[in-house]
Amino acid sequence: MDITLNTVSARHPAAAASALPAMRGVTLHVASGEHVAVIGPSGAGKTTLLHTVACALRPTAGSLQLGGRVPWALSAGDLQVLRGQLFLAPQVPPLPPRQRVITAVLAGRLPQQSLVASLRSLFYPTGIPLADAALARFDLSEKLFERVDRLSGGERQRVGLARALVSDAKLLLVDEPLSALDPSRSLQAIQTLTQAAREKGATLVATLHHVDMALQHFGRIIGMRSGEIAFDLPATQVTKQVLHGLYAQHLHELTGPAPDASDSPAAVALPAVMHCR
Amino acid sequence: MASLTTANAVLAPAKRDPAWSGRVFWTLAGLVLLWPMLVLTEFKPWVLLEPGSLKPTLKFAGDFFPPKIETEFLLLVAKETWRTVAIATTGIALALVLAVPLALLSVRVLSVSALAGRMGLLPSVLRTATRWVMILLRSVPELIWALVFVRVVGLGPTAGVIAIALTYGGMLGKVYAEILESGEGHATHSLLRNGSSRMQAFFYALLPQNAAELTSYTVYRWECAIRSSAVLGFVGAGGLGQQMDASMKMFNGSEVATMLIVFMALVWLADKASAWLRKELG
Repeated sequence: MDITLNTVSARHPAAAASALPAMRGVTLHVASGEHVAVIGPSGAGKTTLLHTVACALRPTAGSLQLGGRVPWALSAGDLQVLRGQLFLAPQVPPLPPRQRVITAVLAGRLPQQSLVASLRSLFYPTGIPLADAALARFDLSEKLFERVDRLSGGERQRVGLARALVSDAKLLLVDEPLSALDPSRSLQAIQTLTQAAREKGATLVATLHHVDMALQHFGRIIGMRSGEIAFDLPATQVTKQVLHGLYAQHLHELTGPAPDASDSPAAVALPAVMHCR
Repeated sequence: MASLTTANAVLAPAKRDPAWSGRVFWTLAGLVLLWPMLVLTEFKPWVLLEPGSLKPTLKFAGDFFPPKIETEFLLLVAKETWRTVAIATTGIALALVLAVPLALLSVRVLSVSALAGRMGLLPSVLRTATRWVMILLRSVPELIWALVFVRVVGLGPTAGVIAIALTYGGMLGKVYAEILESGEGHATHSLLRNGSSRMQAFFYALLPQNAAELTSYTVYRWECAIRSSAVLGFVGAGGLGQQMDASMKMFNGSEVATMLIVFMALVWLADKASAWLRKELG
């Protein structure tokens, strides 16, 4: 699925209306099957870009097209069907703590399943080989029937990525897939992701803090800075100078570990439950 | 160093908590509002200790001892206990039939339109309307529902069951929705964003996340329904309550005491069941 953004701006729905949008005037085309890495200092708008492409955020200005269709012109039902063809993997793996790994992984194919089929799979998992194969690519086969809250942070992140492998999506949007992984696991994860995208013929857009990983495994690099695209170059043309320009004042991020997942504004506090006890 | 601190103190006075005045105001306002309510409810606890009121109270309580443990009576109590449990359980089961769809209709975490910004107008109206239905159901006390249905279906457990089902349907629906909304919505939103249907997101993210809370609240409500059925028995809805009403009218304190012990045992049982279920699901 190809992506076209034409001077798109977007902001988090909880952000103040007077604040500058987290992403401003981004124009971009990603061809079907292309692999793109988005890099840049934290707060540059990488996650906002990903969420906008995933139809999780509605652009405040500009136009977005996915596979030649304008998602926000579709009916609610058609939009949900379109969302079923994309897969957004958030930085914090979205796994309910009490769920088992197999259920969490198989949740990746829910959009392709009827409600009855998905309920039946809760009763007895119908995709054990599928989930097992996806987990095996991340060396997590033995955790198939474990509970999510018994896993380490890195294992949880890889379970979240295994979910992407199970889905039928034609567009994979992966937010900081390596933030909780050690170097060898990072390499394995990024290789598995790019390979899986190639096998599916899916477009892959990943935000990365590991610039080296991005340069080694992605053909095209988009640098973002203060909500705008700073550069959009083939990996071979991304020189040290280009990178230093991108990370000026944030040079420690170029070498240091990925920061915590606290880019987005804090969620609005929920009211306390008032049980009539 | 010391001179520096003094100099600072002269330049800028020590910072004060800006929230302090608000805290004092609301405390005082709360007390002022509470006072007329105490007057209105004729709250005079010292009356309890006056000899004129103490004596009949002690006599009433003294009648409870010893509890009646004749075999024939115990058999009757056992039968009525079973009926009470049946009323509470059937009532809760029917309440679930009402509460689960109502909670699912009203819960905001499962809104697809709210995924990107504001919830749509139609879904928002539907959710508010569902909340109103639940308010209507639970604002009428089960006693009133029971009085209504005693006239419709006659004396007996059916009226109690329907009364519990209606009131508790509204209560359970409201609290279920609140429990589902109070937790972390990340897993649910991720599934919805990736194109799952609302019900799929419910079964694969929202329910596993909140199962223990929901179960323990349901068991607690079952316990409340047991107590409630006692009150409903007084208006002829059957079960232990009706038996208790009869014993009260005969001034038979020892019979009442036996039935109260049965109630305590049932509540203790519900407590154990809830703890066990929480442990299993938690």
